[in-house]
Amino acid sequence: MLGWTLLASFALTTAAVAQSTSSFAINPPAAAAPPDDGQWAMPAKNYASTRYSELAEITEDNVKNLQVAFTFSTGVNKGQEAAPLVVGNTMYIVTPFPNILYALDLTKPGAPMKWKFEPNPEPAAQGVACCDVVNRGAAFFEGRIYFNTLDGHTIAVDAATGKPVWNTHIGNINIGETITMAPLVVKGKVLVGNSGGEMGVRGWIKALDAGDGHVVWTAYNTGPDAEVLIGPDFKPHYDMDKGKDLGVTSWPPDAWKIGGGNVWGWISYDPDLNLIFHGTGNPGPWNPDLRPGDNKWTAGIFARDPDTGAAKWFYQWTPHDLHDYDGINEQVLLDMTWQGKPRKVLVRPERNGYVYLLDRTTGEVLSAVPFGPVNSSTGVDLKTGRLIVNPDKKTGTGKVVRDICPTASGLKDWQPSAFSPKTGLLYIPHNNLCMDEEGVDVNYIAGTPYVGMNVRMIPGPGGNRGAFTAWDVAAAKPAWSLKENFPVWSGAVATAGNVVFYGTMEGWFKAVSARTGELLWQFKTSSGIIGQPITYRGPDGHQYVAILSGVGGWAGAIVSGDLDPRDATAALGFVNVMKDLKDVTTPGGTLYVFRLP
Amino acid sequence: MNRCLPCLLSAMLVLAACQREERETRPQSALGSGDQPAAVTALEPGGQRPTSSDNKAGVFEANAFHLSEGKRLFNWFNCSGCHANGGGGMGPALMDQKWLYGSSIESIHATIRDGRPNGMPSFRDTIPDDQIWELAAFVRALSGNAPSSAAPGRDDDMMPHPSENRLPDAATLGKSP
Ligand code: HEC
Repeated sequence: MLGWTLLASFALTTAAVAQSTSSFAINPPAAAAPPDDGQWAMPAKNYASTRYSELAEITEDNVKNLQVAFTFSTGVNKGQEAAPLVVGNTMYIVTPFPNILYALDLTKPGAPMKWKFEPNPEPAAQGVACCDVVNRGAAFFEGRIYFNTLDGHTIAVDAATGKPVWNTHIGNINIGETITMAPLVVKGKVLVGNSGGEMGVRGWIKALDAGDGHVVWTAYNTGPDAEVLIGPDFKPHYDMDKGKDLGVTSWPPDAWKIGGGNVWGWISYDPDLNLIFHGTGNPGPWNPDLRPGDNKWTAGIFARDPDTGAAKWFYQWTPHDLHDYDGINEQVLLDMTWQGKPRKVLVRPERNGYVYLLDRTTGEVLSAVPFGPVNSSTGVDLKTGRLIVNPDKKTGTGKVVRDICPTASGLKDWQPSAFSPKTGLLYIPHNNLCMDEEGVDVNYIAGTPYVGMNVRMIPGPGGNRGAFTAWDVAAAKPAWSLKENFPVWSGAVATAGNVVFYGTMEGWFKAVSARTGELLWQFKTSSGIIGQPITYRGPDGHQYVAILSGVGGWAGAIVSGDLDPRDATAALGFVNVMKDLKDVTTPGGTLYVFRLP
Repeated sequence: MNRCLPCLLSAMLVLAACQREERETRPQSALGSGDQPAAVTALEPGGQRPTSSDNKAGVFEANAFHLSEGKRLFNWFNCSGCHANGGGGMGPALMDQKWLYGSSIESIHATIRDGRPNGMPSFRDTIPDDQIWELAAFVRALSGNAPSSAAPGRDDDMMPHPSENRLPDAATLGKSP
């Protein structure tokens, strides 16, 4: 019940005050966040994943004057989760299925299309994508755009001409495998992971050679150590993660082969430590009675050597997950003083409801504090590293457990946060939802869902289904929090002008003060927003802000998939809490770009 | 003759009820035997041709046992994983009045047997033909297209919506739900 108490104090802090300007200095490591060049070449802005821009032409004072510079229809009526990229004088956007890649010429009035590339993915892939047919963005590296298609291809396209350079098929839709994540290019390797945690797909991450697309290494997240790339370098911090072949022994026989642990979220990279960090998705099926054990290495985080894939450490956010708490959220790499000592940390607002601060050299948990209502667990034991599960909220076959917070979609899902070194605050877009769950038996049939859980979601305490919370990283507590009617399913971007942008599922694109959360400006776009805002310096030297509008994703599937709100369990239970979304927005993908007059 | 009109009437009632109650408890186990064509469009250049109904349609459509078997199989073969309990998810809603590939039991049977291009798998080699008919009959019940006397009357699991025998005919709901 701890979580509930916390929540009570929470609601009171809304938007009121600010940030003590203590003597903290929290900064991303310089090697992972080089000085801003005004471009936006990867969805997370930099390897540290700060989503922070040093551009400061748009400020708290003048943001109210923002106007539309140009718009562009993506021609796709599904959820637009991608971040636009800007490199040189060109903007690149990748759409949801059918994953069209557009290049827009920023030097000309209205930013006309330079070229488009249509990969023509297999239409059948749409049937095996768990939660709308989204794509979370592309990445630029040395003259090429890299992106993934829903039907399991990674493609390199020449950034200047739009001509394909290579195309590697790495996912198999016939076992339910799709790709929705944005790749990250590190040291000439394109890092890609699969989706399919709801289809019994065994999770992996691969490194493809950026030059010719061949697979350099593959690391699975379940199974024998040799396939997980666990070797002599593997030094997990906690005893619970030590032992031989835990990816096999922490499962019933053979269950690891269809056990999930997918990599459909975010990857960060620390060049100094030569480590990449990536989360792993939920174990499958959702019904925990069907997979007794800790289910390694699902719902956790790996640090790996980008050259070989070799695992360095692992930490499991949610051992033996009971509620679909995928561990794939973004990790922001920061250097800070923690309890008097300089530490290399990563901060992670996690699906299970806690903001974690980890030592990124070892995987040690420095702190874990809930950032909203949590009753499925009561805390994290910092000695053992283990999440303390609330037995009252344990799910299983044949019983209905009510009012579990957070939901399967988590206190926060994939929607990435942003960190401003100017305020020391992490801006977290998130949900405020609870759910009822009933475990049921399920047959594994390759290429069909493997879930075994009936779910019905409801609004969380207070009734606001979403929130935008500024988290004081040094103090490990919220500075302020804004309530939103619908889940905040969009990402955030923070700027040196002390303005933070995010979007709502009604379609409002909002600018708030980075210090106080005060609403400074808003613009109503044509559809609900679930995309990732970015900001860049245009060819004219001025600062622009861009966002893709177009509702969908798991939360918006009721609109983008035209689902029937009379079925409480539709879209894995999400529809029950989004019944009114059809009354306020319609589908339609459009790019909006803003600037000062 | 006609000495007992009530007798005759009740005999007819019993016969009608028999249709509802008939139990073919051992469906043919042969896979994919039905191969009759089912049109996906009403457009027919040269004028509409008479539609032929599959004789299995009548056997399965209004029969309580087959409908309840269909409901069980809908979970068993993971239809519910993609279509939830009719409201949809990875696949479209099946309880509304919108049909991409036709609402007749023959069309739905063909959908399940052959699959559809945008992600509906073909269950031809997974589900015996008679069970496909049972599933097709149940799918129609989700949009209120089965007699309420035969449609399943209860949910054994967490209630997603009123039981199928109380679901309204989606076509008469008037507006999109
Ligand atoms: C892997 C996901 C998946 C599974 C499993 C699945 N479906 Fe589907 N289904 C779909 C998708 C996607 C479509 C839409 C296909 C299209 O538009 O081409 C569809 C379409 C349909 C339609 C046609 C609806 C219309 O409007 O014409 C019916 C009927 C149907 N499914 C029934 C079933 C039944 C019965 C089962 C179980 C035997 C099942 N489905 C299993 C994904 C699935």
